[in-house]
Amino acid sequence: MSLRVGVVVFPGSNCEQDMLEAMRLVGGEPELLWHGDATVNGVDAVIVPGGFAHGDYLRPGAIARFSPVMSAVAEFAAAGGPVVGICNGFQVLTEAGLLPGALQKNAGLKFVCAPAQLRVETTNSVLTRSADKGAVLSIPINHFEGNYTCDAETLAQLRDEDRVVLRYVVNPNGSVDDIAGVCNEGRNVVGLMPHPERSTSELLGSTDGLPLLRSLLSV
Amino acid sequence: MCEYGLMIFSVHVEVRLRPGIADPQGSTIERAMPTLGFSGVSGVRVGKSIRFEIDAADEAAARSEAEDLCNRFLTNPVIEDAIVELEPVGVAS
Repeated sequence: MSLRVGVVVFPGSNCEQDMLEAMRLVGGEPELLWHGDATVNGVDAVIVPGGFAHGDYLRPGAIARFSPVMSAVAEFAAAGGPVVGICNGFQVLTEAGLLPGALQKNAGLKFVCAPAQLRVETTNSVLTRSADKGAVLSIPINHFEGNYTCDAETLAQLRDEDRVVLRYVVNPNGSVDDIAGVCNEGRNVVGLMPHPERSTSELLGSTDGLPLLRSLLSV
Repeated sequence: MCEYGLMIFSVHVEVRLRPGIADPQGSTIERAMPTLGFSGVSGVRVGKSIRFEIDAADEAAARSEAEDLCNRFLTNPVIEDAIVELEPVGVAS
């Protein structure tokens, strides 16, 4: 039986169709979840995809966190349900308080759209449990505000608790400690700036997103 | 107007990056200044200015509501803080 994956759509999301394709490719049964509905519709996993939710007005994710669907996502996460936020989705999850830290404007004010080399730092998360620890994955990034930042205490906690999920091999945006993705204490909520749904075919230049997407479907 | 009418306060919120948080916009602006002949400018920080009006019983109530709004929405407390200025501008009808 394939797992049902809900892909949240806000006004301004733009990676949801790619994510539907990618999830079908790895054997999931994806469906869209409209931001205005306060339910995750009984799905087995939730993805908050990339884009510009609510136009990124005020701050990326600042308005999206108040969308009705987010209270359902928070409940789902609190019950242990797997939730992954990608790019703008990562920004939404930090604003919603489901993940620590914040995403700042890139160092050097550069919008970066390029393949990034990412090291899998832990396989103890819903997004990396089928990946290999230490593996280097080539997955594109595409953002202006992906510069992960948090206070020293939070950073120490993330390191001590093995919650840095992915690190950049070469830091593209100024992120503290080269962080590309982190998880929550329960390890069921993961946020990352790179786009695994864009690394699902040799035609796209890489298939390195597949082990991450498969992880989400492996229970 | 009645004895217990609400007052209108004009509120100005300045959202700033917390001290110690890198400011890529401020740095870029600062680096551009010498090329325009401004050589003695330093410490550039970029923030946001937000203005609105609040109906409240008194200044303390207006300030409390504005600060709550800042903490929960207008700033991201991980990287930003806010300065709230307000003044009475009339009586709510």
